[in-house]
Amino acid sequence: MSVIAPKFRLGYFLKGIFDNAFWILTIVTLAGIPLIQIVLFYMDLPVIDGELLTAFLAFTWLFNPTMQVPLIKSLLYSDLFRIAAFPGFGFAALIAAGTIFVERKMLAKLQLRVGPFYCGKIEGLLQLAGDGLKLISKEIIIPAKADKPLFWAAPVLFVGTAAAFVALIPVAPGGWVVADLDVGLLAVFAVIGFFPIITILSAWSANSKFPFIGGIRALHQMVSFEIPLILSLLSVVILTGTLNLSEIVESQSNFPWIIFLPISAIVFFTAMLAELERIPFDLPEAESEIVAGWLTEFSGMMYGLVQLGSYLKLYAFAALFVIIFLGGWTGPMFWPPLETELITTGTPIPNFKGDPVLTVFAPGLPLFDKDPNEWVLQEQGELQYTSGQLLINGVIWFVLKTVAVIFFILLPRGVFPRIRIDMLLHIGWYKLIGLAFVNIFIALGLVYAGVLGPGGIM
Amino acid sequence: MAEVIPTKEMPPGLQVENVDDRIMTLNVGPQHPGSGHMRIIVKIDGDYIVDADPDPGYVHRGEEKMAESRNYITNIPHLERPVIHDSCNILYPYVLGVEDLVGIEVPERAKYVRVIAAELNRCIYIQYWLAIYGIFLGHSTMFMWPAGDRELFIDLMEKISGARVTHAYFVPGGVRNDVPANFEDVCLRQVNYFEKRIKEYGDIFYDNPILKARTEDTGVLSREDAIRLGTTGSVLRASGVDYDVRVKEPYDVYDELDVHTNVLKAGDSYARSKVPWLDMLESCNIIRQALEKMPKSGSIRTKLKPNPKGGLDEVYRRVESGRGAAGCYIVSKEKPEPYRLKLSVGSFRNLIALPYLLKGEKLGNMPAVYWSLNYWPVEADR
Repeated sequence: MSVIAPKFRLGYFLKGIFDNAFWILTIVTLAGIPLIQIVLFYMDLPVIDGELLTAFLAFTWLFNPTMQVPLIKSLLYSDLFRIAAFPGFGFAALIAAGTIFVERKMLAKLQLRVGPFYCGKIEGLLQLAGDGLKLISKEIIIPAKADKPLFWAAPVLFVGTAAAFVALIPVAPGGWVVADLDVGLLAVFAVIGFFPIITILSAWSANSKFPFIGGIRALHQMVSFEIPLILSLLSVVILTGTLNLSEIVESQSNFPWIIFLPISAIVFFTAMLAELERIPFDLPEAESEIVAGWLTEFSGMMYGLVQLGSYLKLYAFAALFVIIFLGGWTGPMFWPPLETELITTGTPIPNFKGDPVLTVFAPGLPLFDKDPNEWVLQEQGELQYTSGQLLINGVIWFVLKTVAVIFFILLPRGVFPRIRIDMLLHIGWYKLIGLAFVNIFIALGLVYAGVLGPGGIM
Repeated sequence: MAEVIPTKEMPPGLQVENVDDRIMTLNVGPQHPGSGHMRIIVKIDGDYIVDADPDPGYVHRGEEKMAESRNYITNIPHLERPVIHDSCNILYPYVLGVEDLVGIEVPERAKYVRVIAAELNRCIYIQYWLAIYGIFLGHSTMFMWPAGDRELFIDLMEKISGARVTHAYFVPGGVRNDVPANFEDVCLRQVNYFEKRIKEYGDIFYDNPILKARTEDTGVLSREDAIRLGTTGSVLRASGVDYDVRVKEPYDVYDELDVHTNVLKAGDSYARSKVPWLDMLESCNIIRQALEKMPKSGSIRTKLKPNPKGGLDEVYRRVESGRGAAGCYIVSKEKPEPYRLKLSVGSFRNLIALPYLLKGEKLGNMPAVYWSLNYWPVEADR
């Protein structure tokens, strides 16, 4: 394989850079500043030191070193940040983008080819961005006989539902979750139950044969695998006695549930693959049978939105598996606890004579502590850590476990062919539901024997 | 005024018919990812196929008519066009027929070179077919691996003939040019590596439990039906009929080589997809034997007259191609061009079995059954 690269010319290179800079400046000025103003207008502004934080004050404080930390902290603890950035959409979208990259490269290695290579210079890192730009710039074609409002609404609803699913996932200790519900698991089931409705709506509204068959298949698949999905999680609820996802994670601080409920984990993982429409259960999008299934008539960014939604859904399901079976963010600490003096007064570093000449501060970590004035120490075993340390450690463990689960979700794509619809329904209704019931009786046995559960060694 | 009802016989798929609410008509192809250059008009009731009507002819090129206005040598490059991936085998019966007509002897070394080239081409074709079978079943690794391993033999054929796919290597009287100097060593090394690679396909594809569950007992073609419908090649052998032209009517030097026929009894899609894979392993054996027995030097071509003419004669020769028996019938009337040339190819014979196999199957089984017939749309249309 050879690519004829254009000859490097400094003039063209400089011209390209200046062109890009010009257009970026123009777009930022014309679109960015009004957007920032709109956001600032609607944002709930905090009161810091008795003063309402206005946009003017914010810009003034941004360059005042003593005010930077509370300012950024107030942003970190705002609802907007949670929804848009860290435990919510932005974090999930980042992992979804990583998932697509890993999927492409891993599959390529498995199949003895290179995968995306040129876009982004290093191993095709920017291929996804290129694909996104292409999808945005393409024309959106809608079938003439389609039910237009529903057809337009379907991709947006799909992404919205996936984002709602992501919002229920706790990521780190200390309530780092968009919606911390006491009925978190029930809310998850409710959101999962909404996906087949969107699928069949979009498939039906396209008024075309292949999407319709794909939509019916998706409906069959999702509805019949929801039952083993819910039943397999029921055993964990029996053992923990709570539906709150954060509390389910905290109940696994000593051992993850996968040790006691392996059948449940297997059933959940299989049902998860089917819910995600991934190979070997990708019947609703089976290419050689029904073109692209219920995605056939989507074009341009509508298709892009559906893909974004499906990868967000993938992340959310993998995270749910981690939370319920692998202990979420629990895990050994990566570093020793910080000394309080290092943060508050700084640590003096002596020279060779023993005279302190240099004082080192570490003000970065307390940024994530909840209380703006005190360094909250939290117990983790016998040692005490700042909550910022716990947050970072929790996020690292959570991401590591989630990525591992995602890897095992991606792997069957290179190994298995697609199964048939009747085999799929047979697996769902006969095998998985039976296994899930067996598993519930195991959980009940553990509870009544007093080994585990609300009254056991927990 | 009464409504005008068309009385003319309409092409398939366009007939005025009673609309049944339960029956849905699907046009699978020719732009469908699961069809190839053809259309299958499928009528489905729920997920079950009640009627299937294959509609080939989208890539008809009139090869047989073209052959009537060209002389015996200039016919060579365009007669291999129906299956460019199996170009040596599809040209083989024509070359054998012309040799019979003109009455020339082929040197011993040329016969061995022909056999080696034909077996290499068979592997190239089956790899391509297997890649598409993999992607039809949603197995993307099985698409990439054969498509990549094909390159080994394509490179080898490029060394021999100078072209990657359309070789035009066989000519009446031998082969076009001699093999390169170190060909035996390179070929043996490639074949050994290739054999190791295709044995790995068994682990990931043929022993895969999901593949077995999907393709076993689907589209079963019994031994009697396989003979009655006139199927050939791997389809016939998968139904338990021990028939291979290389063994039954050996041509060139196949009678001096030990050719083993792979026969499976099941007659389902799995057996039909497994026979070509076993054929590839057998091809590797044949190539090794031929390399051993091939004379190390000698003529590779008996020169023909500049514009050879056949007598007042007709001839029918056939060979085993990648898709079954491929025959060529030439009528000669003392002209430099054939009076009539007819290609009889395995693809079209196997396609006849498709409606019988699809009836009553699930729509999800259609790609598995359809492509297991070892069918090449372009060859069927000719």
